[in-house]
Amino acid sequence: MFIINCPYCGEREQSEFKAGGEAHIERPKQPTELSDDQWAEYLFMRKNIKGIQFERWVHVHGCRKWFNMVRDTTNDQIHAVYKMGEKPPIK
Amino acid sequence: MKNKYSIFSLFKNALTDHENWQRAWRDPEPKKEYDAIIVGGGGHGLATAYYLAKKHNLRNIAVLEKGWIGGGNTGRNTTIIRSNYLWDASAGLYDHALKIWEGLSQELNYNVMFSQRGVMNLAHNLQDVRDLKRRTHANRLNGVDAVWLSTEEVKKFCPIINTSPNIRYPVLGGTLQKRAGTARHDAVAWGYARGADEMGVDIIQNCEVKGIKRNGDTVEGLETTKGFIKTKKIGVVAAGHSSVIANMAGLKLPLESKPLQALVSEPVKPIIDTVVMSNAVHAYVSQSDKGELVIGAGTDDYVSYSQKGSHDIVEGTLHAILELYPIFSRMRMLRQWGGIVDICPDASPIISKTPIKGLYFNCGWGTGGFKATPGSGDLFAHTIANDEPHKLNAAFNINRFVSGDLVDEHGAAAVAH
Amino acid sequence: MPKNLRINSSNFIDETTRVSFKFDGKTYYGFKGDTLASALIANGIHLVARSFKYHRPRGIMTAGSEEPNAIVQINGNTAYTEPNVRATEIEIYDGLEASSQNCWPNVNFDIGGINNILSPLLPAGFYYKTFMWPASFWEKYEYFIRKSAGLGKSPTKPDPDLYEHKYIHCDVLVIGGGISGIMAAKTAAENNYKTLLLDEKPHLGGTTIYQSSEFNKINNQYSSKWLENEISNLKNIKNLEIKTRTSVAAYHGYNFLLARENLTDHLPLNKKKDKIRQRLLKIRAKKVIAATGSIERPLIFNNNDRPGIILSSAIKKYSDYYGVVCGKENILFTNNDSAYETAISLFNKGIKINAIIDIREKVNSEITNHAEKIGIKIYNSYTIVDTSGYRRIKEVSIMKLSKDGQSVTGSKIKIKCNCLGISGGWTPAVHLFTQSGGKLKFDNEDNVFIPSKYPSDQISIGSCNGEFDLNTIIKNFNQNIKNFLGIDKTSFEDLKINSTKEILKRNIWLLPSDKAIGKCKPFVDFQNDATAKDIKLALREGFRSIEHVKRYTTTGMGTDQGKLGNMHALGIISDTSGVKMSDLGTTTFRPPYTPLTFGTIVGRNVGEFFDIFRKTPIHDWHVDNNAEFENVGQWKRAWYYPKKGESMFDAVQRESKAARDGAGILDASTLGKIDIQGSDASEFLNRVYTNAWSKLAIGKCRYGLMLNEDGMVYDDGVTTRLNENHYIMTTTTGGAATVLGKLEDYLQTEWPELDVYLTSVTDHFATISVCGPNSKKIVKKVIPDLDLSDEEFPHMSFKNAKIDNIKCRVMRISFTGEQSYEINIQANFGKSVWEKCMEAGKEFNITPYGTETMHLLRAEKGFIIVGQDTDATLTPIDLQMNWIVSKKKYDFIGKRSLYRSDTIREDRKQLVGIVTEDPREVLEEGAQIVADVSKKPVEMLGHITSSYFSPNLNKSIALGVVKGGKNMLGKKLFIPMKNKIISVHVADPVFLDKENKRLNA
Repeated sequence: MFIINCPYCGEREQSEFKAGGEAHIERPKQPTELSDDQWAEYLFMRKNIKGIQFERWVHVHGCRKWFNMVRDTTNDQIHAVYKMGEKPPIK
Repeated sequence: MKNKYSIFSLFKNALTDHENWQRAWRDPEPKKEYDAIIVGGGGHGLATAYYLAKKHNLRNIAVLEKGWIGGGNTGRNTTIIRSNYLWDASAGLYDHALKIWEGLSQELNYNVMFSQRGVMNLAHNLQDVRDLKRRTHANRLNGVDAVWLSTEEVKKFCPIINTSPNIRYPVLGGTLQKRAGTARHDAVAWGYARGADEMGVDIIQNCEVKGIKRNGDTVEGLETTKGFIKTKKIGVVAAGHSSVIANMAGLKLPLESKPLQALVSEPVKPIIDTVVMSNAVHAYVSQSDKGELVIGAGTDDYVSYSQKGSHDIVEGTLHAILELYPIFSRMRMLRQWGGIVDICPDASPIISKTPIKGLYFNCGWGTGGFKATPGSGDLFAHTIANDEPHKLNAAFNINRFVSGDLVDEHGAAAVAH
Repeated sequence: MPKNLRINSSNFIDETTRVSFKFDGKTYYGFKGDTLASALIANGIHLVARSFKYHRPRGIMTAGSEEPNAIVQINGNTAYTEPNVRATEIEIYDGLEASSQNCWPNVNFDIGGINNILSPLLPAGFYYKTFMWPASFWEKYEYFIRKSAGLGKSPTKPDPDLYEHKYIHCDVLVIGGGISGIMAAKTAAENNYKTLLLDEKPHLGGTTIYQSSEFNKINNQYSSKWLENEISNLKNIKNLEIKTRTSVAAYHGYNFLLARENLTDHLPLNKKKDKIRQRLLKIRAKKVIAATGSIERPLIFNNNDRPGIILSSAIKKYSDYYGVVCGKENILFTNNDSAYETAISLFNKGIKINAIIDIREKVNSEITNHAEKIGIKIYNSYTIVDTSGYRRIKEVSIMKLSKDGQSVTGSKIKIKCNCLGISGGWTPAVHLFTQSGGKLKFDNEDNVFIPSKYPSDQISIGSCNGEFDLNTIIKNFNQNIKNFLGIDKTSFEDLKINSTKEILKRNIWLLPSDKAIGKCKPFVDFQNDATAKDIKLALREGFRSIEHVKRYTTTGMGTDQGKLGNMHALGIISDTSGVKMSDLGTTTFRPPYTPLTFGTIVGRNVGEFFDIFRKTPIHDWHVDNNAEFENVGQWKRAWYYPKKGESMFDAVQRESKAARDGAGILDASTLGKIDIQGSDASEFLNRVYTNAWSKLAIGKCRYGLMLNEDGMVYDDGVTTRLNENHYIMTTTTGGAATVLGKLEDYLQTEWPELDVYLTSVTDHFATISVCGPNSKKIVKKVIPDLDLSDEEFPHMSFKNAKIDNIKCRVMRISFTGEQSYEINIQANFGKSVWEKCMEAGKEFNITPYGTETMHLLRAEKGFIIVGQDTDATLTPIDLQMNWIVSKKKYDFIGKRSLYRSDTIREDRKQLVGIVTEDPREVLEEGAQIVADVSKKPVEMLGHITSSYFSPNLNKSIALGVVKGGKNMLGKKLFIPMKNKIISVHVADPVFLDKENKRLNA
């Protein structure tokens, strides 16, 4: 079980958090302009990365804030956390 | 069969101290080219190769396995087999598999210990009752043997369940599929491997796929740790690693790979003679032939390839187990482990062609793929051989995520995705 | 007890306290401090169990948690019963009853022993090759296989014991209280690290604490004396917490560890009562020091499993620690020096050593020379080729080993004994290290896997790191611990150490016999009866990886998880297949290190603490008024209120009729309530609901439907505009938390530019819904100041009001189709306002109704219940609720998905009304709907989602989803039940008051 460094609250147990899937998938601004394929790409298709993944988490039993995390999915080591809207601190 | 198994062959070999048994499968080096290559040597992949050889007469084929055959989810699951699914497409798929299971030991001449001890699904609230009754009605009309049981009938079929009305999640009834049950997971992989090998399929272990070579939209072969292998047809059955292989072909899949955990207790004499699943409290349990209680836990909510999950998940599962079976409190957990399951948004699998010619995917089985192994292999073999899906897997195409024709089976799995 | 088996008094045994216990029905005595194993040995008992497969007699083999054989059932048929307890771990107490497992009628004469004779037919994996004919017989074969498998018996009564959890946060966790662990704990604590030291045994000190030998001295004292002194000084150290009888079970990532603290298992039954039995410690450590020691290896030779064959180190522990001698005629069989320590220790106590059989050539070390000097007969380059003795070892046969160790030569020598100590070297206990994700490397010299790469802030020290002699241990300790803790010095740098160093090593994984391997039984996994030839068979059949061999032969899959034999299995695979040990790798060590009681893992979260119940502020009133309850999400909701003698059907019919004819009252407090504020609140609602919200006037209410991004209906409820920038949203009872979560997600991640704030206020308000033709009169009596005229307070509007000076919100909204008012008041006034309404409604026959009546009433109106009439596969169009989907709005959650090629199909399932031809026939919810029953397989068009007998219409009504149903009005369809086919017609889903006249009646 991870220790997660919430950008708002500091280090907390993983059980206080919930994962929200891949990060930086922006909701299309004009969904009606998209083809079914493009919409499916947004809706369902995921990189599902083995390795360094950028993903969303929420401190659901804490400050209720969403934030982003960089985590290695091969060993679950967390490399960074950053607030929504911020640029990833690592590439 | 050069190496037929029976009580007689066992007798005969006992006379020579079992020193004359032959290999169950060869250990070949890859050829330069195959007519088709299956990526992934789990139960589904080996079954696919077996049926490609047996039913479609493709003999120049190979199965590539990164580690050891059956070492992934095939050897890590809780071995539940059932077909009491809600939707017609799912019932068709899983019951097709169940029918093959019923004769599989004889077909493979390998005892996969398919044990039709029945699977019960419990209802703990009124909506559970509606949902399970709905499923039972659908099952009956689809020819799947599932019946509704009252609380008293549940108790009678499995007396150790706590059916007191005063517990937090009282048992309001349940469904029973008698043809359902369990099998010995390793034996499934080994039996298919032996059968496929017998027909000339090359099973190549410790051979990891590193890249997919394409010419435009057509596959030409695979880059592997054992060199380049030419082929026109690639069937990927890589479970949790499906997305990794898909990325090599420039494809994205609607999958997330998450940790799923399971555990067993120390072995005891027979105490539970069926399989019991409970969706609402998330507990499912059966007892292996060896005597261990086999308990399935849930998935974590994050992507991981580490084959490890959170302790909270295991703990939560045991809360539920003791709620339903207070007598197990003094039993001990012997072993826990995790696997990586590839989950589709609609909790149904993909057995499909892809936009790339010659590239086929069989994935997205999530938490419940073991039960489908023979059916999945058979239908995937059909899809690869004919470049067209069988009518039983037509609904499980990749395009459903674009068109919106999903096969939503969230209610059917004991795991909340 | 036969006194002569207690040879000396011991510091660890309280000989003044005699303890009586039963084994297999017979009473024996031991002393306080004995384990069941040491007490049985003291009573001359070695045969305690039968093996899993061949039912061979088995004895006590070890003195610790690695024991494969001596596992027993304790406390018979009582609620305290427990299967598979290791005799080597359980401390005896007055009243303990233990019995042998897996044997019938008893351990001395076991019918199952016939399996040993049949063993040629039962090689590894025999069951994969047989029992296939006839196909239908597997069930019967399996019955017998299951019956003969399993070890002990599951408890059949609920557990009377209590368990609990405790969280511990520390700077340094030290696992293992042997010499390394004690030095580490002391050093860490003295350097201001908050330190926790855990050991699975009742006493600290590991093996050193009974090491009183000339060959292991520290500062000219016996190492035991020196360590004793160190331990007694520990209590003066601040920052150090010590827990014994505490076994670390699991080592997860981020230095999260689980340990089981055993609090009462060693106490007599009457003292266990009402105490916590075991505590699960959940430990977060900044740094972890593993000092888990090592486990002695057996040797693998023909018939190496008889009772009386014991690990050499265990024999030493039984005599030095427990003061118990395992046998009077001893032989030691070894490949290393440590068995000599046992021999010399026994010799010094006057115990007869018949021989030491050493597979090495003559060794010239200090300790071997000493053994020779005192006159112990040593056979160098010899191996045991067979043993005899059925219930206890009697004799060994030895032969000279060839140079390469692969065969034997010369003539056979037979030597008598009743105890054979075996030592195959030591295996570092790296289980926890690998659980944490650590990688191992193979040391070719000692043939051990040792830690190589640490995945977190941790270190392994002492013999678990492959350091086996005292000198090396202390030297490495000082160096490694200073680096690890970032300190300059330790207090152990100037110790004067005398210890022997092993100078000659020889390792043979499988020792040869004069018989062919096929005729031998060299056990590798003692519990599961896996032999070396099983492993060879597996390899012959093409199983190459250690995981395959393990699974095929079941090696390492017993309750000891292969602590003894796994290394030999690897070695034999390596030798047979020619793959180097370092390339083979190990199997994965999986948690827990030793089996962990379910009750301990669950702690207090059982029974009433399993999961909370949420109760409304009016709950007690429902209980007092005989309500039956329904569980909805986490809530307890009143389901119906049966009067004396009333069935559920009767009660619901009465309640439903009363609500339409007079007045009904419902506790709706469980509905989710989300307070929405901010200047963009209206825009936010526009985006999350399918309909338009900008024009909703202040003081008005509107029903909203929320979709998932995939276009499927997700939740619904009425939202009220309280003010320009202030709304209150209601959600379904079960959906409250997830809806709030989803809205927060969109707000924070997709639309951070919106000025909107969400607060859950579900628990803050009690919600009382009064409905029916008399509802207005009742509410008027309760809130006389409120103008309830239709002009001033029309349907779908809201008013602030006061009841006895307490502010409340009143919404005129209806889920029943009746004129209806919902009073929302601060939760703690809920019950009194409810009672006020009941009092005011008395004259109008106000009738409390539960969720079942609510469902019936809304079904009469064709209103959906999300989750009952929908199942995440229906769009609002499918529900024939096109009116609620705004065509004008550019976007809302899920909009795009409504226009995919399969979501616009006309033949999707659509929600319709269903009426039966026989109006008395009530359909079963979940029943399937078909058009043509003769077709096989039957094509299912949909199913019944809701079904009731309507007392107000005096007929059966139902809602269902049907493929293409919206174009089927009036069409005859069928419901094929198990024993009949019911004819139905598709109808308008609104069965009652289509014109909504009753809302203003």
